[in-house]
Amino acid sequence: MSEFLSMGGYAQFVWPSYGLTLIVLAVNLFIAWQQNKQLKRTLKRRLKNSL
Amino acid sequence: MFAWFHKLTAPKNFYRFAGIINPWIGTICLILILSGLYLGLFKAPPDYQQGESYRIIFVHVPAAWMSMFVYMVMACSAFMTLVWRYKLAGIITEASAAIGASFTFLALATGSLWGKPMWGTWWVWDARLTSELILLFLYLGYIALNSAIENKKTATRASALLVLVGVINIPIIHYSVEWWYTLHQPATVTKMDKPSIHLDMLIPLLLMALGFTFFYAFTLLLKVRTLLIMREQKSKWVQELLEHGKS
Repeated sequence: MSEFLSMGGYAQFVWPSYGLTLIVLAVNLFIAWQQNKQLKRTLKRRLKNSL
Repeated sequence: MFAWFHKLTAPKNFYRFAGIINPWIGTICLILILSGLYLGLFKAPPDYQQGESYRIIFVHVPAAWMSMFVYMVMACSAFMTLVWRYKLAGIITEASAAIGASFTFLALATGSLWGKPMWGTWWVWDARLTSELILLFLYLGYIALNSAIENKKTATRASALLVLVGVINIPIIHYSVEWWYTLHQPATVTKMDKPSIHLDMLIPLLLMALGFTFFYAFTLLLKVRTLLIMREQKSKWVQELLEHGKS
């Protein structure tokens, strides 16, 4: 396991690459989700108030 | 065929269609990336020259491919915006920009993390790296221009023009490793003859690339749905959608 984590001495380059990719993609997904939910909530509230 | 396409691209129908297929796209994306990670990190053998460090390839190359692929999607939809004024096309361009910029950033950052141990430097101003950096600026320029213009129609058309002008950069990125002397290695997969990469490394690489493509499709459709109800919020179908609650 520790051999795997050390990546033949390149751990400091390999893992940040994977970590950064994970973070950037997750943030993209999260923002897209958030915007979708937010907009629906706002429009629903507006619709309720107009009735 | 055309009538069918026309019907599908109507905002209301596309919203429904995207809502139906997106869970499937998300599931396939997850399967592809997880199996790609497993094969790439555990099963693929170390490289005979680069040892374990080469494993960065499984995120670096898919990100770099996607940075160009997303731009080409934006270029096609920008073209459709300018020529046929498809409403959906403008939305697809806009919904792609942030993801495209993210992939470009990842290609540059992971490339840097790979360059340090292999070339001895984080960065060189050679053709491949510089043209990829220009691609990042094109994405950011598009986002800035699109949000700076108040009138939505003008913004869509002006930024579509910027995307089309920037297409010239894509072949430059692709051929930069052949046209100029560079530290960056030439293409190993997209060669006319046999790819010069072992199957045990090629399969996880392709799985990851396909997984990234599905990730792009998933976030794209999610964003397109958001933009559709935003633009069409006064129309009847959005009103009905909101009244009846579900999605």
